[in-house]
Formats: sequence, structure tokens, C-alpha cells
Amino acid sequence: MMARVAQSLKNIEWIAPWMRLFKGENPKEQLNAIIRGIGVPVLAFVVFLWIWDASASRVETSLGTVPGPSQVWHQAQGLWDEHVAEREKADAFYLRQEERNAKKLAKNPDAETKWRDYHGRPTYIDQIFTSLYTVFAGFVLAVAIAVPIGILCGLSPTMYTAINPLIQIFKPVSPLAWLPIVTMVVSAVYVSDDPLFEKSFVNSAITVTLCCMWPTLVNTIVGVSGLDKDLINVSQVLRLPWFTKVRKVVLPFAVPMIFTGMRLSLGVGWMVLIAAEMLAQNPGLGKFVWDEFQNGSSNSLGRIMVAVLTIGFIGFILDRIMLSVQKAVSWDKSSVVR
Amino acid sequence: MSAEHLIIDHISIEFDSPKGKFKALDNVNLKIRRGEFVSLIGHSGCGKSTVLNIVAGLLQSTEGGVVLEGKEVNEPGPERAVVFQNHSLLPWLTAYENVELAVKQVFKGRKSRKEMREWIEHNLRLVHMEHAMYKKPSEISGGMKQRVGIARALAMEPTVLLMDEPFGALDALTRSHLQDSLMEIQRDLKNTVIMITHDVDEAVLLSDRIVMMTNGPAATIGEVLDVDLPRPRYRLELADDVHYNHLRAEVLRFLHERHSKTDVQSNSEVKQAAKTEEKKGAGADRKAA
Repeated sequence: MMARVAQSLKNIEWIAPWMRLFKGENPKEQLNAIIRGIGVPVLAFVVFLWIWDASASRVETSLGTVPGPSQVWHQAQGLWDEHVAEREKADAFYLRQEERNAKKLAKNPDAETKWRDYHGRPTYIDQIFTSLYTVFAGFVLAVAIAVPIGILCGLSPTMYTAINPLIQIFKPVSPLAWLPIVTMVVSAVYVSDDPLFEKSFVNSAITVTLCCMWPTLVNTIVGVSGLDKDLINVSQVLRLPWFTKVRKVVLPFAVPMIFTGMRLSLGVGWMVLIAAEMLAQNPGLGKFVWDEFQNGSSNSLGRIMVAVLTIGFIGFILDRIMLSVQKAVSWDKSSVVR
Repeated sequence: MSAEHLIIDHISIEFDSPKGKFKALDNVNLKIRRGEFVSLIGHSGCGKSTVLNIVAGLLQSTEGGVVLEGKEVNEPGPERAVVFQNHSLLPWLTAYENVELAVKQVFKGRKSRKEMREWIEHNLRLVHMEHAMYKKPSEISGGMKQRVGIARALAMEPTVLLMDEPFGALDALTRSHLQDSLMEIQRDLKNTVIMITHDVDEAVLLSDRIVMMTNGPAATIGEVLDVDLPRPRYRLELADDVHYNHLRAEVLRFLHERHSKTDVQSNSEVKQAAKTEEKKGAGADRKAA
């Protein structure tokens, strides 16, 4: 098992030299590989920062000049400090509450104690996690819908002809067009006194689902319908029951394509989420950007830029994670996945 | 048990093509005894693969039918295991797992887990693949893949083993190794085998009977040659054997004199052309299927 994990880690190109360095395999060569892999991108990033800095100060807006890297960094630190301060407030609140309850119980062991959750303002970090949570909910739902439908369409040409026009029509629809409909439907259907999820969360997640299921669906169809005729013959000769055939032959065959689709889907979902959150007022990064835009203080542009960079960076990380998964599950090791 | 183990009873098959009906096989009639090794040989496009696919149940004949041990064949099944030309192993499974997939399906409820394990290993040993049991197809050579393909087919304990140009994609040396392995296995197991081949030497070396097919369309059996060479056969001894060479010449005469496809092609050119055309033919078959 460990060997297997190590093997799949080795397939991730940026980890490999580190692992070899760790094992003491030809350190000089490994360092070179690391510098080539990391040094060059870092240099390019520095050049980008310089250009940004030089050009930003020349643009004057109603909220002051466009912030350069240093102002943005300053705002990022401010946001982090706010987060830390808010956490301290919350901790203090809970500590006070515990003390109060402890005192009550000391006086009278049968006393009923109350427990209240802290309802502070969501900090920037909270908003990042809300966004991640929302996008994963939407993404998981999308995959859960797209993969089974994709397998059916891939196996049955009739199903494919039936579904394909729908895919083509709905694929290009923008999240902004879906959102009003989703909002209305959700408020009509999702009625509960004690809702498990916030409505705004459901709205954003479903919008993400509607926009990001298509790449997975299309890739699953392509993957499944590309199934080797010989492998179909093998499963026929073995008289595999339908479900076993799907599980043992079709699904493993299509897995690399499905994961390619899922990677694209997650990218689309993350992009769409920000727009959905802006409009649905789901407390995530999208809402943060919108609030800052409405707020219009001298800090706003800087904060929005922090959000832009955060969104980009998280998108990048998500893509890398999916790429690593994609490489790990691909049985065709000769294919180049990047 | 009757002497007639497998009966290919007057089968004809028509495919729908853009130009209307295309009759690929016409009235193919053949009776095969238990334990007999029969080769089908003929130029490409003559419908050898189609005959095999009908016996396998992967294609349905338009007229006539196939009867195996008194039962009509109308769908694929493990008692008619197929060794495909390009091995058709599941690339994400190891050699062991590929055989296991077949064994689990065929012996579900009949063998215990331990017996299955032993049976899988036994079959892999039979084709001399015990050293690479846990390797994936991408990690082993073409010849080894085909060995695993044969092990998978044998592990189904088939009544008839169908081989569709099993060694066609291999180099000459590997091919002769595998032929020797196959003869060895055949000596012990005495399976009924139908093998398709392009290779005259292979046909004469391995078979009890060689069925020579005429050219399509509407291909049928042209001649059947009994190969009465004593077994075990050794390729080196046979190379100088008069009778062997006579049989070989018989097949060559049939293929290149009476049913030659083109007049001025050398043997190797015929083979080359045969390979490419076979691919096209297989594609057409698939579409038709």
C-alpha cells in the first residue's frame, strides 16, 4: 500500500525531485531540477509584479490610484489581522460563556445552562472556506449527475442522440442567466422551518452544478463511447452482467477521460461560483468582492485585488490537485497529462 | 459423445452495405471432432474472421447455424473462449487480474477463493507467465501479452478454443516460441481448437486439418487438407521432412495458384497486403455488426 502511494506520488512531477533529494539520490541533479521547476516561474512572477507596480500608480480612479503590489500586500495583512482579531473575540466570548455556566452549575448543579453560538461578522478567511465548501458541494453534485448520464449516453447511441441536443443548448448558458431561475425554484421548493443549508448556499451551489456539469458529462460520453470493440467482445464472451461490465470494464476504461472532465468542471465551477455568490449573496468570496465594491472606501480596490489574487491562487491549487489525481488514476501511463 | 463435436452447418451471412446486401460467406459447412486442431487459412477478406465470430456468437449467421455438443450457438459464451489477435487484455489490470476476471465470472459459486487462485496461477504457469503475474500489459512484451490472453481463454475451460490470428502481430521468433508453447499445451489439454492464420507454416505445423477458404465475396470452403504428420512435431526436424514440405506446397498452391488474389505478388507482399486489408475488413465487419 505504502509503495503504491509512493509510486503515485512519484508520478506527480513537482514532487518527484524532492522525493529523490530526500532519499539522497544524486542531490546536485535534483537541485538543478528543482531550480528549473521553481526558479524560472518565480523569476517570471517577479517581472509581473514589477510591471504591475509601474503601471498601477498611473491610473487614477474615484477611489484613488489603482493599488500596486505593496498596497495589496498591506490589505492582505489587514484582512488577516481582522481575522485573528475576530477569532480572539469569539474565543473570549466562549470563555466568558463557559465561566458563566460553570459558576451557575457550582451554585446549583441542576441549573439549566444556556449555550449560544458566536455570531460575528464572517472574516475574509471564513469567506474563503464558505466559497470552497460551496464549490465542492456544487461540483460533487455535478459529478454525481454527469458521470451516470455520461455512461448511459456513451453506451447507448439512442440515449446519446436524445441527450446531445440538450447538452449543446444548455452548455453555453451563463451562470448569471441560471441564477434567477434557480433562486425562484429553490425558494418555491426548498421550504423548511429548520433548513439544513442556507438558501443562498443552495442557490450558489446549484448554479455551480448547472454550469460545471457539462465538461464532465461530455468527457464521460467521449471516454465511454471510445471503448475498445475488443474489450466489448471480451465482456460478451465472458457474459458479464451489465452492471459488472460497467464497473469492471467501462468505468475503468473511461476513468482518465472522466477525470479530465472533472478537472475542467472544477475550474469552470470555481469561476462561476464567484459570479453566483455576488448575486446570491452567499457569504463567500463573491459576496466579499461585491460588498467591497459597494463599500467604496479607499481600501476597497486593494481588498478586491487581494480577492482576485486569492481566487486565482485557489483556482490554481485546485487545478494542481485535480491534475495530480488525474495522473494517479490514469492507467495509460504513456499519455502525457498536463 | 458423438464424433461430431462442433458442427458449422451451412452458414451464410449477409451484411447491409451502402450498395445493398453484401454476401460475405456462402454455405460454409464443416464438422469438427473433439480435440481436433483446425486452421482456417485464406486470403484476407475471405471471411475467416467472420466464420470464427459466428462460432463465437459475436455475429449471427443469416442462414444456417452452429451446433456445439448438440446445442445451437446464438450468443457469445465462455465455453467458446476467444483469443483475440491484439490480446485484448484490460490495460488497467495485471496479468493475474485479467485472468481472474474471467475465472471469477466462469467459476462463480463453483470454486472456492483458494481454488480460483490456484486455477489462475496454474493457467499462467501453463503459458510460462508465472514470473510476470503481477505486471500490467503495458509492462510486458507483445508475446507475453498474447500468452496472458491465451491463459485467460484456457482458464475459462472452454469446450472450443477460438483463436483469431493469435500470433499475427508478433515477430517471427516470438511467434515460433508461442507456437511451441501452444503445441505443448495442446498435447496435455487436447482442446478443440479453431485457429485463423495467414501463415502457411504455422497452419501445417499446428493443425490436424487445414481448411482453405476461397476468396470473397460469397466465400466458402475451397478445400480441406488432412495433416497426418505424427505428433509431437518439431519444427527443425520437419524443415527437411518431405511430407511436411509436400503439405506446405499443397496449401501454397491452393492460395497462390487456384485462388490467388493478384497474379504478380510475392509471398511477403501478399502477407503485407493481407494485413492492411484485414484491418479494413475487420472495420467493415464491426460496422455491419
